[in-house]
Amino acid sequence: MKPTPPHHDDFIHSEEFLSALMKRQLKLSITCATAFLVLLFGMPLLNYFTPVFMAQRVGGFTLSWLILGVLFFPYVWIIARIFITRSMALENQEVRLAAEGNKREL
Amino acid sequence: MDFSKIDLWILACSGITVIVTIWMGFRSAKTSKSASDFFVAGRSVSVGWNASAISGEYLSAASFMGIAGMVMLSGYDALWYPVCYACGYLFLLLFIAGPLRRFGAYTIPDFAEGRYDSPVFRKIAVCFVLFIGFFYTMPQMKGAGTTLAYIFPGLPYWVGVALVGAVITLNVALGGMKGITLVQAVQYWIKMFAISVPVFVLLSVYGGYGKNLSQNHSAADVSSPPAIVQTVDHAITDRHALPEKAPKDEAWIAPFGPLTTKAAKAAGLTAAEAKPYSLLYTFSLIVALVCGTAGLPHILVRFYTNPDGVAAKKTTMWVMILIGVFYVFPPVFGVLGRNFLPELYAATGSKGPDKVVLELPTLIRAKYGIMGSILSGITCAGAFAAFMSTFSGLLVSMTGALAHDVYGRMLRPDATPEDRMKMFKWCAILVGSVSVLLGSMVEPLEINFMVGQAFAIAAASYFPLLFMSVWWRGMTMKGAATGMLTGGLCALLSATIVNASTLALDKGPMGKLFAGFSGINDFWKVHPLLRILCEQPAIWSVPLSIGLMIVVSKATRATIPADVRMKMLVLHAPEDLGLKQEYIQEQQGVAH
Repeated sequence: MKPTPPHHDDFIHSEEFLSALMKRQLKLSITCATAFLVLLFGMPLLNYFTPVFMAQRVGGFTLSWLILGVLFFPYVWIIARIFITRSMALENQEVRLAAEGNKREL
Repeated sequence: MDFSKIDLWILACSGITVIVTIWMGFRSAKTSKSASDFFVAGRSVSVGWNASAISGEYLSAASFMGIAGMVMLSGYDALWYPVCYACGYLFLLLFIAGPLRRFGAYTIPDFAEGRYDSPVFRKIAVCFVLFIGFFYTMPQMKGAGTTLAYIFPGLPYWVGVALVGAVITLNVALGGMKGITLVQAVQYWIKMFAISVPVFVLLSVYGGYGKNLSQNHSAADVSSPPAIVQTVDHAITDRHALPEKAPKDEAWIAPFGPLTTKAAKAAGLTAAEAKPYSLLYTFSLIVALVCGTAGLPHILVRFYTNPDGVAAKKTTMWVMILIGVFYVFPPVFGVLGRNFLPELYAATGSKGPDKVVLELPTLIRAKYGIMGSILSGITCAGAFAAFMSTFSGLLVSMTGALAHDVYGRMLRPDATPEDRMKMFKWCAILVGSVSVLLGSMVEPLEINFMVGQAFAIAAASYFPLLFMSVWWRGMTMKGAATGMLTGGLCALLSATIVNASTLALDKGPMGKLFAGFSGINDFWKVHPLLRILCEQPAIWSVPLSIGLMIVVSKATRATIPADVRMKMLVLHAPEDLGLKQEYIQEQQGVAH
């Protein structure tokens, strides 16, 4: 869409728009970060409290090694993929919202 | 030096990499003369090229050589390094990359100045480009010294460091290799090729990844002694006997092994007593690496070389995949090295485990003759690509900080462009010389460990600055500066103390030079907790930095930038709304 030079008292310059915007973005980022951090910080805890379970062999690997050395990477790709799709959808939605908001003000 | 021991294949592969890199650097430098040329030209770069270029810049000697060496030496615990190097990128994507791109600040000092309208803060922020940069160049230099000592057996370590340092410095000073997209992208594919092909060949000769790991039996598998499995293809997968100095199987393959329990073991604690300390060490290491990636000064720039936000996000996705795939391979070298090159455990410095990536492919020389030499030549070429690309990238950003910010803005603001160009060259030589000097002192330290320290400093300084400035409106310049300086300097000091005490233990010349610090080691023995907190400072320095930012900002609430709402809008509103252009116009209106 073509950007129109907005006035400073319109909707997109309002406090309401900014705080809603930041809240939505932060919510998405924190959701994705939680999914990531749970496994990241959970791994040492699992190793600490269930050492025998994590040491069982899976195709020669210990379970712990298999998760950290191989499976962790695809897991992160999935989170990144979800974040990127969602955040692009969010941006489109915000642009629509801003346009509607500006119309309402007029 | 014995010239007859030089393997011509290895020499040829390395030589070609160096020449191609330098030639490409000069060729592209001719077409893009100024910094703005570089950025504008970069904007037409496709997603694939740009993703390769970011990955190429990111994968340093630590990724290529250091991880393998550390996995061989410390086992499971070292796996945190590749995982966090790759996944730290996700953190950058989630919280920092998007807003910073919208804000249009090319470097972290640019951002610091723009966000707080404060040229003073820019100067403070610039210091950390140099601090983090020097910590990051030391391991690259060790990579260079190790590789050259391997190619030319008998060559002293420091000669290799000086030689590579001089070549790259000269190259940067003369204007080649200015972080050109094409060069970095090709470097990635050289590194990827050089790490993966030898792994596939080695695994086909010596059995799979899992099979090699299974030879290291853990405390948990009592039932199936690996000897029975081995008899099936005895000749292929039988591993070599481990020397005295090698860590035992049970400690090596299990979490909380030699890396994280070193301090507690030195204090004479039992295995059970040491375990909580290892957990603390592991957590602190994770915090340092994940937050540190998001605060690395030379990584953010590349987000701007995309035409738009959508392309930038697609690029990031590809970067995560390219880096992630790469990081699966180095630990395989570490595992194979433990099984088939255990003699490396006995050596230290540039002859120790840090060269396992280079040495391992030569093992198949006995069976397949020349093939082994070629493979080893390929890994040497990859090593050259690794430390050359990272060192030149760092040299450019550090020299830029010195010439542009320190000289051009602080010492002589009225300097002519010619003066600045001349100064850029002198600064490059200065930074290069200091890097060589520092690099020649760190032979006894592990490559990967040193990079971890650079990450810890970035995690306690730049990461809190970026994270808090992007998401909290109440930040003031004083708050940001206090937090960044205190956290960053604490991490820097801790890292320096630990390195000095480790160097004091060395049996070579460095041990004599740092002998004055050996008293610290006795102190560590009594206080293992303090040692861990110094070796991995992130777990306290990152919260300290963020805490100080909040407290000081609240105290100086009156100095919150007046147009903070507009700044926040530029940081967060979709680019399609065109707020950036409006903001720039406003800023120019104020200036005139």
